[in-house]
Amino acid sequence: MLTSIQSEQDVISIVESAVTRHGAKSESLVPILSEINQEFGYLPGEVLSEVSRVLNMPRSHLISVASFYHMLSTKPRGRHLIQFCESAPCHVMHGRQVWQILQDELGLEPGQTSADGKWTLVTSSCLGICGVGPVIIIDDDTYGNVTPERVPDILARYV
Amino acid sequence: MPVIKSLDDLKRLKEEALEKRAARSTTGRVQIKVGMGTCSIAAGARDTMAAILESIQEKGLKDIVVTQVGCAGLCGLEPIVEVVVGNEPAVTYGKVSSERAKQILQEHIVEARLIPQYVIPA
Amino acid sequence: MKPIRSLMLVSSDPESTRRGAQEVHRRLHREIKALDLDDEVAVSMIGDVGRHDALPMVIVYPEAVIYGPVTPEDVHFLVEEHLHKGRIAAGLQASDRELSGRIAWLSARRGTLPAEQRIVLARVGLIDPENIEDYVMYDGYQALGKALTTMSPADVINEIGKSGLKGRGGAGFPTGMKWRFVSQANGYPKYVICNADESEPGTFKDRLILEGDPHSIIEAMSITGYAVGASQGYIYIRGEYALAQDRLHKAISQARQLGFLGENLFGSGFNFDIHVHIGAGAYICGEETALIESIEGKRGEPRSRPPYPTTHGLWGKPSVVNNVETIANVPSIIRNGAAWYRHFGTSNSPGTKVYTILGNVNVTGLIEVPMGITLREVIAIYGKGMKNSASLKLAQTGGSSGSIIPASLQDTPMDFDSYARTGVSLGSGALLICDEDTCVVDLAKVLLNFFRRESCGKCTPCRVGTQRAHQILTAISEGIGTQRDLDDLQMLSDRLTEFSHCGLGQTSAVPIRDIFRHFRAEVDAHVQLKVCPAGACPMSGQWVSIHWAGKSGLSPM
Repeated sequence: MLTSIQSEQDVISIVESAVTRHGAKSESLVPILSEINQEFGYLPGEVLSEVSRVLNMPRSHLISVASFYHMLSTKPRGRHLIQFCESAPCHVMHGRQVWQILQDELGLEPGQTSADGKWTLVTSSCLGICGVGPVIIIDDDTYGNVTPERVPDILARYV
Repeated sequence: MPVIKSLDDLKRLKEEALEKRAARSTTGRVQIKVGMGTCSIAAGARDTMAAILESIQEKGLKDIVVTQVGCAGLCGLEPIVEVVVGNEPAVTYGKVSSERAKQILQEHIVEARLIPQYVIPA
Repeated sequence: MKPIRSLMLVSSDPESTRRGAQEVHRRLHREIKALDLDDEVAVSMIGDVGRHDALPMVIVYPEAVIYGPVTPEDVHFLVEEHLHKGRIAAGLQASDRELSGRIAWLSARRGTLPAEQRIVLARVGLIDPENIEDYVMYDGYQALGKALTTMSPADVINEIGKSGLKGRGGAGFPTGMKWRFVSQANGYPKYVICNADESEPGTFKDRLILEGDPHSIIEAMSITGYAVGASQGYIYIRGEYALAQDRLHKAISQARQLGFLGENLFGSGFNFDIHVHIGAGAYICGEETALIESIEGKRGEPRSRPPYPTTHGLWGKPSVVNNVETIANVPSIIRNGAAWYRHFGTSNSPGTKVYTILGNVNVTGLIEVPMGITLREVIAIYGKGMKNSASLKLAQTGGSSGSIIPASLQDTPMDFDSYARTGVSLGSGALLICDEDTCVVDLAKVLLNFFRRESCGKCTPCRVGTQRAHQILTAISEGIGTQRDLDDLQMLSDRLTEFSHCGLGQTSAVPIRDIFRHFRAEVDAHVQLKVCPAGACPMSGQWVSIHWAGKSGLSPM
């Protein structure tokens, strides 16, 4: 379950715990941002400001790093993140049909979040599970050998 | 376990491990290995594992050791389950769904009958 | 995967086909199945066998017996005699004359059938990866003990050098030489970095090793550290590999408890420890200098080389960067010696190679085989043939930076040298097998989509070139491509190769180059006839909006 920001204190304590765990050094920046991203589902602006203050790094540097890595997001995401692998092996194994159904079922295009805040749909580069392609990942759950028929059942597992 | 400080220490550790394994494979005991790589899990290995553990409990089976191993590379046949009864040769089953897992527990382990149609030939 | 005992090839040139080769092929399958041998014997069609006096021919490995002409009526007898009774089917053999041309490897292969040979995957799928005792039971940490107590660092480097081990990440650089550069470099401390940012599409060998045998990487890195004089190691693992990260963390803590990591290992005075650095999703971080930038907490943009990481690596210090599969070979080489290792593979490419087999085959998965196996053998033996008995059109090797191999090259041995001669790249070992339903324009479009998405944006040729190339391919697949577009694509492909800063941009042009080289007519059909011969492209004649594949922009803050 994602945390939402209730107070300034939340921001301070979450940043503090991430920095304590990984250390206040430049090589810890990506791990710190990853941990915060996992907590909130994205990197809220006020959190980036706090990290910038604690690590004594320009905020612009943090944004430049955050916008570089696919697993970090500077925009809020839905409660559930769906990643669809769009690389060649899944494509050859009829991934396109799965992708079509996925978009139709959710009424979303890649990069969009549903109006009710439930889903965010993104495409992903190869996830390294090609032996069981086509592959989708929802939050931390990996689904292999996905057929268009299975998509509605898989989506129904999430509230 | 003690800290290893020499090749002799390491040799002893290896021998102990081999002894433990020998003890595990005495007659009548059953070892079940479930492939647990990301691809296995994506193909449903967690459900398979759960079904195996559940079945063991339900049937009140004793002397069964269930372990996990990495994916051996036959991704297209995952989930894969290997069954070893006592000193008999290992039998590898492919595409083991929860239902098949329960069937394997009943037929292979309780009734001592192979299920040839699920076996990946050695 | 399970080895087979025989491989049968049926000639299928036009003359053979006219004389019933298809029916021979079909009956072979039926007879083999009737004897319940279909798991032991693979059957495959081959094109022109290079001699035309006794068609259709059936060639049986490993004996390399040539039968011909074989009629459908002969098949029962042939299978019964050769496969069941194990003797030459009398009267069916073609006159004893060497084949030429496309299966010239016939005599060289007499008496052998490629079987899996597991060195780096020896324990994967066999041991419990979360139990260090399982690793020790299968000779784990013996190589580290041997190196630290009986060999000098120079001995270790010499042994790896003599083994002929080459980098398996794609470039094929000799590992021993790399280690020597680092050991001789000025600067301290030195670092050992294991590149586990495996992101090549279709490649998951490193994940299997890390998930199935994590201690082998810890042991290999410690040996590397001893050899080059480093006491700190980093494993850079991609963020998406959650299970592998978990197993590595567990393995490292177990290794520390038993003294395989930490201080004074094996009482030798050598200290070594490993930090796991988890990536956050960026293909480019598999490039070694981008990886180093990323560890340092920056955007993963490649540095200019030279200077190379061997002298100016992490924090500007000498660093050895090795791929997971490469160093997974190290413990076996140290334990068994370089001479042992050279028994496998070819003289210029010793050892084994891990391949992933994907796409339109019956069984997908991963194999470890000696260098020099052919694509045909991989498909027939390990892929259990093409799915739905389709024919092979092409294979794409080594993820996106690999090449497109047309079916006509499927008998070329897959090793570094043979592939270099035919202008093909072995890449990272992914083999995406595609049948005749695959359209090369569609495939190139998907591959270029990957590159435009993963381009780091540092240099213009790659940032803009990959976007533009994808746009043109999309237009062609919609049936609105022009001759001018083809010229532009050709030019883009040359510019990408020449001007891009790093391997990503340089290799992004390979799919374009390869489809022009091997499948020009099919590309032209899209443009001139507005037809997709494979029926895969939409050809709807209209521009479709292409979603921006990069990051979805910044939020207003």
